[in-house]
Amino acid sequence: MRISTPARLSLRTVAVLYLAVLLLVPLGLVFYRTFQHGFSEAWGWMTTPAAISALSLTLLIAAIAVPLNTIFGIICAHVLVRGRVRGRAILDALIDLPFVVSPIIVGLALILVYGESGWFGNWFINHGIRIIYAPAGMVIATVFVSLPFVVREVAPVLREAGEEQEEAAATLGASWWQTFRRVTMPSIRWGVAYGVVLTSARALGEIGAVLVVSSNVAGSTLTLPLLVYQRDSQIGPEAVSGAYAAATELIVISLAVLLLMTLLGQRREQVR
Amino acid sequence: MIYLSIFVLIPLAAVVVKAFAQGPSTFFDAITNSVALNALGVTLGASLVVAAISAVMGTLVAWVLVRDRFPGQRFVNALIDLPFALPTIVAGLTLVALYGPDSPFGLSLAYTRAGVLLALMFVTLPFVVRSVQPVLIDLNPEAEECAASLGASNWTTFRRIVFPSIRQSIVSGAALSFARGVGEFGAIVLLAGKVQIASIVIFADIESDAPQAAASLSVVLLLISLIILVLLRVLGNRHAH
Repeated sequence: MRISTPARLSLRTVAVLYLAVLLLVPLGLVFYRTFQHGFSEAWGWMTTPAAISALSLTLLIAAIAVPLNTIFGIICAHVLVRGRVRGRAILDALIDLPFVVSPIIVGLALILVYGESGWFGNWFINHGIRIIYAPAGMVIATVFVSLPFVVREVAPVLREAGEEQEEAAATLGASWWQTFRRVTMPSIRWGVAYGVVLTSARALGEIGAVLVVSSNVAGSTLTLPLLVYQRDSQIGPEAVSGAYAAATELIVISLAVLLLMTLLGQRREQVR
Repeated sequence: MIYLSIFVLIPLAAVVVKAFAQGPSTFFDAITNSVALNALGVTLGASLVVAAISAVMGTLVAWVLVRDRFPGQRFVNALIDLPFALPTIVAGLTLVALYGPDSPFGLSLAYTRAGVLLALMFVTLPFVVRSVQPVLIDLNPEAEECAASLGASNWTTFRRIVFPSIRQSIVSGAALSFARGVGEFGAIVLLAGKVQIASIVIFADIESDAPQAAASLSVVLLLISLIILVLLRVLGNRHAH
């Protein structure tokens, strides 16, 4: 569109202002609130036993959920693109469900299935396994909400890469695993990497689904987002400072994730 | 398929079964009482408004990012994904910091519907931008220049040339925003604890050990999600052909 300079400038201003008000100003304020009583106090809030265990539990849950979803994502994308099984269209549609289902519903659903009076709850309790109000349930909730990312990133790359090279490898006598490792994986690796970053971002930050299935006890089932929630709900300025400190930790993690997203995104575009 | 069943399908089926476990009449009672109706109304209304704002502002931002050149553009472009990367609870806290009870601007939007709108605008920001942007990049500027050289005004060019090609991606971005808005919890729970949004009512029902009521309301939300999913699929197919 050939557009006059004043009009272009005003559109640009509107866009940048909108983003600044919505994104940057609030973030700056959280940093300010965190460090307004000095760095050492903020550091104190970040290193309480509760905060440290929350950080490690958050990382642990992500460390379990992300690889699971990555492996599933690659297999599933393969089935969607290359497979000739029946019901592929249904699978394709169902994959996106976690994107549109409210996280609270995810938590409720898990309670109804794995909770004490749930469908499989008794069986697990009889075998001494606690799922709801325990880290296992939180892992399942995280897997649910971050499930589609790898599939959705890998499937289009796989489609674009085509089947010819894989077939060539197979006719030259490569085993299934060799073909996958030497031919398929190199062509989809940037898609996989981008999907993994998106999955991690979601896994690290999930609150709704995890809140429902967590017992919210500091030190055992409290993740970093839950810690923010819990500290903010407490009365008193100290607790609120604690919430801001925990939020700052999360912001630092997500800025790192954002940086990775941008770099990998560019790399992925180049490869295409 | 088994993986998907264990983690996604069986739990969702359990919600539906629970909702109807005591017969359809309890289900209808649970979703037609005043709290539930009010929550659904507020949720759908807020999500619609947010989807509309997102559609307009998202298109504007996408256009500026694609057709305009200015210093710092790459930074702004990276910034768009921030709401995806940022945990929603932090988004909620940032908005509390900004507009909450002791806001530096003297505004207090917390616990009001405006707070909900703001929280939803934050979390749904990337959807429209990221769905319109690639289409706009692929769009040939020649047609636009042609229209302009034939004497079309900016507005006419946009309406007649640009808009028809990006309409579908605007709609699918707005539909995703709507879906996200209907289910959003993390960003709202701190800001608007007193506003009865559907997901917050469900959470309260779970906490007060009323799983049947929670499940019934969930089924309604699930239905909305499914409709949006189907809509997106139909749009996607039309786009592909």
